[in-house]
Amino acid sequence: MPETKYLIVGCSHAGLAALDAIRLIDADSPVIVVSKEAGLPYSPTSLPYVLSGKADPERIFLRPADYFERSRVQLMTGSAVTALNSKAKSVDLDDGRQIFYDKILLATGARPAVPEIVGLSRAPYLVLRALNDAVTLRDRIKQAGSAIILGAGLIGMHTAENLALAGMEVTVVEARQQVLPDYFDSNAAEIISQVFQNQGIKILLGNAVTHVKSTNNGCAVSLNDGLDLSANILLAATGVQPCWEYINDPTMERDRGILVDDHMRTSLDSVWAAGDLVQARDFFGNGSSYLATLPSAVNQGRVAGEDMAHDPEATAYIGNIPANTYSFFGQWAYSLGHAMIDESGAGYEVNYTYSPTCRRYQKLIFEGDHLIGAMGVNSDLDPGVIFELIQRKVDLANLKEELTVAPQKVPRYLMTKLWR
Amino acid sequence: MGLSYRVIAFRPEQCDGCLECETACSRSKNGTADPAHSRIRITGEPADKRWGLALCRQCGQPSCLMHCPGGALTKNEQTGVVEWDESRCIGCRMCTQACIFAGVTYNPASGRVMKCDLCQGDPECVKACSRGALEYLTAAGLYNQWGDLEDLFVPGISACLGCNSELLMRHTLRRMGPNTVVATPPGCTAGIGTVGYNGLTGTKTPVFHPLLTNTAAMLAGAKRYYNRIGRDVTMLAFAGDGGAADVGFQSLSGAAERGEQMVFICIDNEGYMNTGVQRSGTTPFGAWTSTTPVGSVLKGKTRDAKPMPVIMMMHNCEYVATASTAFMDDYYRKLDKAIAASKKGMAYIHVFSPCPTGWRFSPSRLIEVGRKAVLTNLVPLWEYEYAQGKLGFTHSVDNPLPVQEYLGLIGKYRHLSEEQIEHIQQTAIRRVKMLKNFT
Repeated sequence: MPETKYLIVGCSHAGLAALDAIRLIDADSPVIVVSKEAGLPYSPTSLPYVLSGKADPERIFLRPADYFERSRVQLMTGSAVTALNSKAKSVDLDDGRQIFYDKILLATGARPAVPEIVGLSRAPYLVLRALNDAVTLRDRIKQAGSAIILGAGLIGMHTAENLALAGMEVTVVEARQQVLPDYFDSNAAEIISQVFQNQGIKILLGNAVTHVKSTNNGCAVSLNDGLDLSANILLAATGVQPCWEYINDPTMERDRGILVDDHMRTSLDSVWAAGDLVQARDFFGNGSSYLATLPSAVNQGRVAGEDMAHDPEATAYIGNIPANTYSFFGQWAYSLGHAMIDESGAGYEVNYTYSPTCRRYQKLIFEGDHLIGAMGVNSDLDPGVIFELIQRKVDLANLKEELTVAPQKVPRYLMTKLWR
Repeated sequence: MGLSYRVIAFRPEQCDGCLECETACSRSKNGTADPAHSRIRITGEPADKRWGLALCRQCGQPSCLMHCPGGALTKNEQTGVVEWDESRCIGCRMCTQACIFAGVTYNPASGRVMKCDLCQGDPECVKACSRGALEYLTAAGLYNQWGDLEDLFVPGISACLGCNSELLMRHTLRRMGPNTVVATPPGCTAGIGTVGYNGLTGTKTPVFHPLLTNTAAMLAGAKRYYNRIGRDVTMLAFAGDGGAADVGFQSLSGAAERGEQMVFICIDNEGYMNTGVQRSGTTPFGAWTSTTPVGSVLKGKTRDAKPMPVIMMMHNCEYVATASTAFMDDYYRKLDKAIAASKKGMAYIHVFSPCPTGWRFSPSRLIEVGRKAVLTNLVPLWEYEYAQGKLGFTHSVDNPLPVQEYLGLIGKYRHLSEEQIEHIQQTAIRRVKMLKNFT
């Protein structure tokens, strides 16, 4: 019966960040990492690029093959956890084995939230979350000529781009009135939509799918405006939900995700959680949020690992700060911090620079003398430096105008004064 | 344990914003002078002349690497470089969001991200910088190299907390190797365990404990014997300032004048520390010791320290140098030269050795005290090679910090009056002026 001091369930960004943080402090104690994937760890973010061939599925791994052995970590691949027994401090695996632990990190991530649409469950729809999803989809592209994507979120848009690059005819259906509605305002979304349409991708906005059925060579979709579409491939990309079926304990506090404190501790003893599974405190003071972004997974994983290993330099989680960089067809957009304010901008000072013809957009949002959010398309700046200005709440009292005019130069200058 | 790595250091006070580094980088990486391709970017306003740097730090735990979904960024464990593999980069720019130093940036001209790779260990930007603002610090290789050598000193010692003698002793013996005879006269160095306990020696080399007066004479005799029987053995003395500059001086002076072959290291902690902090000939002006007390009349030592390394230089030694444990790379180079010089005659290294116990400062400030002593020119780092016939500074003596920055760190100077501080400042100025006469 395997026993370990640290057990990490899930092996993507959060799990690996925790593992690194633990090994920095505790080089020798036993660590077991359980992954339901068959191979080495990878990031779901890279999967759309597998479709277009931009990423080689043999080379997207986050760590080299000998990493776990060199770190003296036992990696158990192809093993899914079926139950967490927090009182007995053990987990059950799908092959019947049990692992006993002192401390456990749950980093099992998320899976696609499949919408409830009549006929969808009986149709041969696909999702894109795991490597085998990507490989299946890539192989299907060879015979398929067209695809419908449900949802214009980041996964849907990335997938649309890569399928188009692979030579397919692509239609994106989004229920809300713009693409990427969780990350970008209508100005940014308009520029992004234009670029997609210029690449021959159809984007249907404000259109809910009422009915799906399978056809001889794919799927047919009915929209609420009466339009009927058909394609060889139907991909559901309408958001994600936590992978937590193995948690049966009613005392585990959860909402949209597992609720954690600022050290990623859950309500259960000796159980930590991080990444796309958790709902953590919001940096901007709006309670807690389910963020499910790559940077939050890295930071939460690190915080959890530091706490688990009793790192004397352990830091508390700074809070969820949305941070999205989105590149598409050689262009890019970013949405950092509290950038999704309502259209009126009430309560904030907002500086806009908008030139749709140049496909350039920039919006800086200040609260008092602090920058709290930044959004834009194709504007030259360093998102990491801007993010740090937000995170540090740097006083920008006399610099707001300069920052708007020179959003790369001014933050770099502040950087060399404040955190060089 | 982890390795030390070579890094690019930036001295903003030397930078004048000429941007030659950017041009050199662009030329090297792209073949054009267009700074858009430069991995190093100078930031700041010409008006206020405060320059900064946007450049990859080659972090120990790189945030960019942790955020890369394609596995395109890796830390090279041999060179320390955070390497970017273009063939694995999916172009998501997550790294540019993860780095708070603008060390990995997007290049619109190429449509790819870019970052510094230290030019395979020979950075073009550093070579192009004529202002001295960029320096490629290569000392890491020395630390790794020395770390691999065998430690010839006892694992446990009885030194005070924060004593730098252990650092000095272990690293010196590693380099000298086992084919060495060590002499440690009475003093801290012998007391902390060099000569050993219970009939066992504290080193893995032959070691003996001469009188305070005759260290150099005994080593000279031992060396002559080995020469006579045809064995090449290095002689090494670890003496305090008492054993070198005061009580031990006549035998050292004689041995130096005769050109006896040895490496004589004076660990100068500016007084008789292990016997209760009494003054010595190298105790500086104004310093408190138990025999130069501070009261209503006396305010510490009333005489200046004698310039022992200069006195040794005047003996026509093969090699004389000053050193500090705050500048170990400098010490390593000097020790190599001293070992080579000891094949011909006397090599003397005077190591400035702050003493937390006797000088009254926190052990955690040891290296800081050592560094400030050098930066204020109170302990100029220099070397004298007889073959060259002149003295050379190994750390710039231009633009020194005011001496208060050093004195304020140390309890034995807490009582100083403005006149005393001014006297010490003038002493520092005068000493550098004197040393420059020999360059």
